[in-house]
Amino acid sequence: MSTLAQKIHLAPEQRSLLLRLVVLLLIGTGLALVSSAFLGANNLLNLLRQASLVFLLASGLTLVILCGGLDLSIGANVAMSACLAATVMKATGSPLAGCAAGLASGLLVGGVNGLLVTRVRVPPFIATYGTLWILHGLTYWFMAGDTIHGFPPAFRFLGSGYWLGVPVPVFLMIGVLALGTLFLQYTTMGQEIYATGSNTEAAALSGVPVLNRRLLVYMLSGGMAGLASLVFLARLNSAEGDMGEALTLQAVGAVLIGGTSLFGGTGTLAGTLVGALVLTVVLNGMNLLAISANWQPLITGVIVIVSVAADALSRRRSGD
Amino acid sequence: MGSLQRLPGVAWLLLALLLGLSAIAPGFASAANALNVAQQATLLLLLALPMTLIIMTEGLDLSMGASLSLCTVVLAVTSLGSGSLALGIAAALLAGVLIGLLNGVLIAWLDLPPFVATLGTLGVAQGLALVLAEGRSTSGVGDGLATLWNGAVAGLPVPLLFAVVAWAVFHVLLHHTRFGVAVVALGGNREALKLAGMNERGSLVAVYALGGLFVGLAALLLGSRLGGGHPTAAIGMEFDAIAAVAVGGTLFERGKGSLGGTVLGVLAVGVMRNGLNLLSMPSSLQVAAVGAVVIAALVLDSLRGQHRGFAS
Repeated sequence: MSTLAQKIHLAPEQRSLLLRLVVLLLIGTGLALVSSAFLGANNLLNLLRQASLVFLLASGLTLVILCGGLDLSIGANVAMSACLAATVMKATGSPLAGCAAGLASGLLVGGVNGLLVTRVRVPPFIATYGTLWILHGLTYWFMAGDTIHGFPPAFRFLGSGYWLGVPVPVFLMIGVLALGTLFLQYTTMGQEIYATGSNTEAAALSGVPVLNRRLLVYMLSGGMAGLASLVFLARLNSAEGDMGEALTLQAVGAVLIGGTSLFGGTGTLAGTLVGALVLTVVLNGMNLLAISANWQPLITGVIVIVSVAADALSRRRSGD
Repeated sequence: MGSLQRLPGVAWLLLALLLGLSAIAPGFASAANALNVAQQATLLLLLALPMTLIIMTEGLDLSMGASLSLCTVVLAVTSLGSGSLALGIAAALLAGVLIGLLNGVLIAWLDLPPFVATLGTLGVAQGLALVLAEGRSTSGVGDGLATLWNGAVAGLPVPLLFAVVAWAVFHVLLHHTRFGVAVVALGGNREALKLAGMNERGSLVAVYALGGLFVGLAALLLGSRLGGGHPTAAIGMEFDAIAAVAVGGTLFERGKGSLGGTVLGVLAVGVMRNGLNLLSMPSSLQVAAVGAVVIAALVLDSLRGQHRGFAS
């Protein structure tokens, strides 16, 4: 059977990316038809800002999943890193010191996850699930129900500012996408991450330092959670213990909708970007249609299940 | 057997907790507090027993806490709506079984990795609970329900009876039925299961559905304690259950597990939580402490595993 896509000679990854863009366009068109506010400039910019936050978090997770792992701690990591950044910024009055604290905390958590998975050999989902609850508990205890709010304008620019009429986080998103794609596609290290995820034993036999690559992806995931926490904090202008709770499921959703396989070895950051957009457009649409936020976890959960089921079924069909 | 070697570890932990907390926690060693621990531990046991079987099949169920919350909401909403507690109980059990079946079908028939499938159903259950309850708690279900948590039969607290019956059911299922043989084979040796002509997928679905049924039963106790339902009442409780199973010595790989270990693990987690409570440690830090114990148990597991590796 020869489909149109095969006739115009698209690689499988490009074909799957195109398919996802079409889905995104269809959902967007549908929303534009039922809600006049959807295509408003304000709404679209807001949507991009929201999507960039999800993407920043999901980009690190994409690397972990590409490498055959999973990181369930990212949402709790965002909350802890944001609260630490907020505390340090309030204490020193320096946005730079706050940012450094947030990034360091994110990286540190990623490093601990990486060591648990590679050196202690705990299965990734259980190691990062354990750190999730440790971080969650420590953050709630540290904040004791308080809110820290009111940060310098220079810092808030990172999350709520505009440059050339476009929200600043969107530039961060484009930067991370470009750098991350270069890293994954055009460096040996990036290719080694794919190799580790698709067949760990073969990769190890051909000289890939498998454990070090795994450690690296967890650290990158932690670091991106640190960066995302700063953007989130700058946008909300306040830090609370529960601020990252809904984000893990959304990031997992973005990665899976974006076509990265949970079984490792296949996927792209561009796909994750489209995944983040699809998820954000759906949640934004629910908002515009005045559907209660109570529905959000249900919808996100269904999206996660459907995309991972599609992945499993397509693998079964291709006889993997 | 590996499970027998592991038993002393958790037993020592429990003994140390009991002795230490009796010495430093005010009111720990009292009859009233023992009842309190028994009530809490029963709730946890009803989740941890099925979680043991699930983990023995190299699976995981992250949806239990959300699903338990959902079941309390279903219990309250149905009882109030229909005026019949019996109908409410039936609906809560049904809701638990349905979420368990959904997990089982996604994992057994669609071959989805358990931790992601149940992360998805966690979202589904939490969303359903919030939508059904409109984000609020539902109370005033009536006195009949209250006797489950606080009542006694022949001098024994009702939750304790739940615990004994649940343990007996799981003991018989695991050690004296074909289903038990299937559970063990699902973890260690799926090929053997096929060769023996047993239904691999059906058994796996049954494991998760059984988990759902016990989540429903736990919802009766929790609903009784709350006097109704709350959409986020049990969020994260699956973590305590997983912690109890891990501390009890069931391994996340290779399908080795023991119900006795889980019972001790449940007591250890329950006693620890209760003691830290009496020492007025905030519940947030208790969660972190339970997490630290789990990671420590996994590190110990791993060290032992490496030792075995070197020896052979």
